[in-house]
Amino acid sequence: MGPIQYEHDEPVFHARWEARVYALTRALRFADKNGNIDASRHAIEQLPPADYLRMSYYEKWLVRAEAQARKLAADSAASKNPVLKADMVSSMIAKGSSARRDVSIKPAFAAGERVRARDIHPAGHTRLPRYARGKLGRIARDHGVFVFPDTRAHFQGDKPQHVYSVRFDARELWGSQANPRDGVYVDLWEDYLEPA
Amino acid sequence: MSHEHQTVPSDLTLRVKALESLLVEKGLVDAAALDVLIDTYEHKVGPRNGARVVARAWVDPAFKQRLLSNGTAAIAELGYGGSQGEDMVVVENTPQLHNLVVCTLCSCYPWPVLGLPPVWYKSAPYRSRSVIDPRGVLREFGIEPGDDVEVRVWDSTAEVRYLVLPERPAGSEKLSEDELTRLVTRDSMIGVAKVKLP
Repeated sequence: MGPIQYEHDEPVFHARWEARVYALTRALRFADKNGNIDASRHAIEQLPPADYLRMSYYEKWLVRAEAQARKLAADSAASKNPVLKADMVSSMIAKGSSARRDVSIKPAFAAGERVRARDIHPAGHTRLPRYARGKLGRIARDHGVFVFPDTRAHFQGDKPQHVYSVRFDARELWGSQANPRDGVYVDLWEDYLEPA
Repeated sequence: MSHEHQTVPSDLTLRVKALESLLVEKGLVDAAALDVLIDTYEHKVGPRNGARVVARAWVDPAFKQRLLSNGTAAIAELGYGGSQGEDMVVVENTPQLHNLVVCTLCSCYPWPVLGLPPVWYKSAPYRSRSVIDPRGVLREFGIEPGDDVEVRVWDSTAEVRYLVLPERPAGSEKLSEDELTRLVTRDSMIGVAKVKLP
């Protein structure tokens, strides 16, 4: 992977086009009432791997925004979508868009419990990182109930469920080269876990 | 790989202009709103916000306790929250524990308190190596936690966003909250640096 290339006094955007792409992306998400952040992340993941690695960060955002614009431009009902105006920006940012759902669902796991991340390989979008699959961990905390990205990214419903911070010992993940004290905490939805 | 942006092909500029023109013409985007968004993240929302949170926690033990037990609510007391900071968890560095934040899957980062992430945070080497070899990454950033220190890596795989509460540097006891705020760096709140006296 090579060294991390650090830039001192890095600007927020390195060119005006990056700033415009960032802002366009947020304005498009506001206008596209059928979209969601999981589908949006999945759009980036669907780039061919060579393009994904070659393109700069905001170039990937541009490809996504172009596709979203094509979709909205082809949708005759899109002209009825809300348009983000200058005086609405600060309230849009302040409001945010939490994926937390205020529903009471009994958690399957409690803090301290041992769990195993499922060894699954979904064809679509998932937020279960490959390095954790099949590994043993322990529930560190229950974050509460959140929308499930694996279904929402594909417009198959919110499927709200508990998300847990799960501690994996570094040695469980990486073997004996890892420091025995260290750990990686991964935020995992209940569907990614099984009792261990 | 993170310096590609310094030789921007002009076709990217042209493509973005074409996209914006089309969307404005179709009535889907208002150009003035884009200006406000850009100004917000270039000038208003950034690591100074997080630095204020950290300095407050250093001088106000009751606030620190609230911050560690409910990060979102305590950060909102200082007026920060919203997009990409809807659900915040704050983790505290101590002499025995060093916390490091990453998003291995994309670029998740607590915007309301740190602003938009730097290029290195979004780069493949940081995303990959920080979970496999956190101590090697920290060494590149110039810090070496001893063998008696636990290193915890927080992979932001869900919608929770993490902020590191760095250790208050020794010798800073007489500094005011404002002076402390100026000491706190973005990198210390990601967990790749310590806060130092000038």
